Amino acid sequence: MTEAGPSSLRRPEGLASEAGARRRAVGLLVLLALLLVAVSTSISVGARAIPPLEVWRVLFSPDGGEASAIVGELRGPRTLLGALVGLALGVAGVLMQSHTRNPIADPSLLGVSHGAACAVVVSVFALGVTSLSGYVWFAIAGALLSSLVVFAVASGGARGPTPLTLILAGAAMTALMGGITSAIVLLDQRSLEVFRFWRIGSLAGRPDDVLWQVLPFLVAGLVLAVANTPGMNILALGDDVATALGQRVRLVRATGVLAIALLTGASVAAVGPIGFVGLMTPHLARSVVGPDHRWLVPYAALLGAAIVLFADVVGRVVAGTGEVEVGVVLAMVGAPVFVVLIRSRRLVAL
Amino acid sequence: MSLQWRTRPLLVALGVLAVLLAAFVRALLSFDDYPMSVADVLRTLTGGGDGGETFVLFTLRMPRALTAALVGAALGLAGAIMQSLTRNPLASPDTLGVMWGASVGAIAVIVFGGSTGQVSGLVSQVGVPVGALVGGLVTSAVVFGLAWSSGLEPTRLLLMGVAASLFCANLVYWAMSWTEVQDATRAQTWLTGSMHAADWDRVGPAALALAVLLPLCLAAAHALGALVLGDDTARGLGVRVERARLLLLLIATLLACVAVSAAGPITFVALAAPQIALRLCKLAYPPLATSMLLGSALTLIADQIAAGLFPVALPVGVFTAVLGAPYLMYLIVRRHREQHL
Repeated sequence: MTEAGPSSLRRPEGLASEAGARRRAVGLLVLLALLLVAVSTSISVGARAIPPLEVWRVLFSPDGGEASAIVGELRGPRTLLGALVGLALGVAGVLMQSHTRNPIADPSLLGVSHGAACAVVVSVFALGVTSLSGYVWFAIAGALLSSLVVFAVASGGARGPTPLTLILAGAAMTALMGGITSAIVLLDQRSLEVFRFWRIGSLAGRPDDVLWQVLPFLVAGLVLAVANTPGMNILALGDDVATALGQRVRLVRATGVLAIALLTGASVAAVGPIGFVGLMTPHLARSVVGPDHRWLVPYAALLGAAIVLFADVVGRVVAGTGEVEVGVVLAMVGAPVFVVLIRSRRLVAL
Repeated sequence: MSLQWRTRPLLVALGVLAVLLAAFVRALLSFDDYPMSVADVLRTLTGGGDGGETFVLFTLRMPRALTAALVGAALGLAGAIMQSLTRNPLASPDTLGVMWGASVGAIAVIVFGGSTGQVSGLVSQVGVPVGALVGGLVTSAVVFGLAWSSGLEPTRLLLMGVAASLFCANLVYWAMSWTEVQDATRAQTWLTGSMHAADWDRVGPAALALAVLLPLCLAAAHALGALVLGDDTARGLGVRVERARLLLLLIATLLACVAVSAAGPITFVALAAPQIALRLCKLAYPPLATSMLLGSALTLIADQIAAGLFPVALPVGVFTAVLGAPYLMYLIVRRHREQHL
C-alpha cells in the first residue's frame, strides 16, 4: 500500500527461500501455542475459576460435578464458538481485502453483515421469530442472498467482477440493507429490542444448537477459502496478468466471494457483527509473513481465533458480576492496537 | 456517447440541477396535505398569504426543504473531495470517522439526557446538534492526529478513519443497549438521519457554513485537480501537496460535520453522489459541482418519499439508501454492458 507501482508486482519476497519458510513455520507453531493458551484461559477464567489441571481432568473424565458442568455445558461450547468465529472472521478478512484490493475492506463490506441483520429483523417483524436458534437460519440466508446479489451486480462484464465493482456493489448493498433494517426497527419496537442487543456482538448465552447450526457453513467456507488460496496469489498480480497466465479469474472470484459469505454469514448469525477482527487480523498477519496467501490465511485464522477468545475473557473479567460483550471489548482494545500497528509498521502492499 | 468530453459533464450538471429545482418546487407546493397552488405559494412568498399558508410555507416546508438541500449538498461535496484525495471510492465521512464520531456525541445526549426520552429544556433545543458537532470534530481531530506522520498518507488516514468509525459505532450500540426502548428508538431515528426537527435554527448554521466553505472549495479546486493526478505530478505543478491535502480534508470534514449536526448521519449520500456523478459524466474522478447537486437532489427527493409514503413518517436516511443503492448498482451493471459491446 505504501509502496506503489512496480514493487507490488514483484513476487513475494522469500517465496522460494527455505530459511524464510522455516521462520514462517516456526511462527505458525508459536501462534498455535498462543491459541492453546487462549483456549485454556477461556475455559478456566470466569465467575468461578477452574484451574487448568481440573479442566483437563473433567474434560476427559466428566464426573457430573459443578466444574464438569461449567466446562462441558457453558465454557467449553462458548470457547469453541468463539475460536471458530474468530478463525472464520480472520480468514474472511484476508479474502475480502485481497479480492477487493482495498486495505480498509472488512468482512461486513460485501453486504454480508447487513444482509444478515436485515433478515433477522424481517424474521422478527414479519414472522415473530424470537429465539436465537430460530433467527440464525434467517441470518445465514440473508447473508448468502445479499452477497449473491453483490456478486451478480459486480459480474456481468466480459472479465467478471473487478475489485472496484465488487467493493462498490458491496457498499451499495450494505447501505440498502441498512436502510431497510432501520425502517423496520423504527416501525416495530419488538424488532428494535432484538436488533439492538444482537448488534453489539456477544458470545454470552448462545445456546448449544447455535454452534451446530452454523458449523456446517463455517466448515464449507473454510474448505472454499483453502481452495481459493493458490489462485489469490496469482490474482494479486492483477486481473490482466492472471488472465494471461491462464487463471480463470471469474471462478477464483466466485469461490472467494462464496467463502467470504459463508464464513462471515455464519459468524454474524451466531454472535452478531463483531468488528475489528476481520479488519485488523489481515494487517497484523501481513506485517509478519508478507503477501503470500498460503501463509497469510493460516496466520490470520489462528490470530483471529486467539484475539476473539482473549477479548471474550477480558470482557468476563473486567466487569465484576456483569459482563462486557466481546464486540465492545474488541473495539476498546482493538482500536489502540490497530492504531499502533498502522503507525509503527510499514504497510505491506496488497 | 458521441458527445465531446466537455459537453457531457456540463449537460449532466444541468440535468441534475433541473431535477433538484423540480424537487424543491414540489417540496414547496405539495410536501404535505395542505393544498397550495403555484399562485398561493408565490403570493405567500411575497408576503401576501393568510395565516395558515404562511405557517405551512415558512415554518414547515421551506426550512425542511432548505435543510435537505443544504445537507445533501454538503455531503455530496464532502464525499467527492474525500474520494478524489484518497483515490478510494469508499472514502466518505462514514469511513473517515466523522459520521460515527458525531453519532457518539448525539447519542450520548439522547441516552444520558433523559431516562425515558424526556430530554429537557435547553438540551433538547441545542443538545443533539451540538453534541454531534463536537463529537464529529473531536473524532476527526483524533483521526487526523493519529494518521499524521510528516504528511497525511491517504491509506493510513483511511485505516485510522475506519478504526475510529468501528470504535465509535460500538460505543453507540453499547450505549443503546443500556437505555430504555423509547430512547433507543429516538437514537435509532437520529442515527438513520432525519429531517423531522428541521427548522430555521438548523438552516441558519448550515447555510452559513456552506457560504464560508464553498468559496474555500473553489479556491482549493485547482490543487485538488492536481492531487488527483498523483503527488509527484502535483508537486511538479507547484502544489504544496501536504498542505493542500490537509486543507481539503479539513474543508470536507467540516462540511460533513455541519451536515450531520443538522440532520443526523444520513447514510450513503456522500458515497453514492460522487460515484453516480462520475459515472454519468464518464469521468475518472468525481466532479465537485455535480456531486454536490446530486447529493442535494437525492436527499431532497428521499425526504419527500420518507415523509409521504408510509403512514408513519420514516427518517430520510432510509430512502437515500433505498433510492441511491439500486441506481448505483444499475450504473455498475450498465457500464459493464457497454464495455462488453
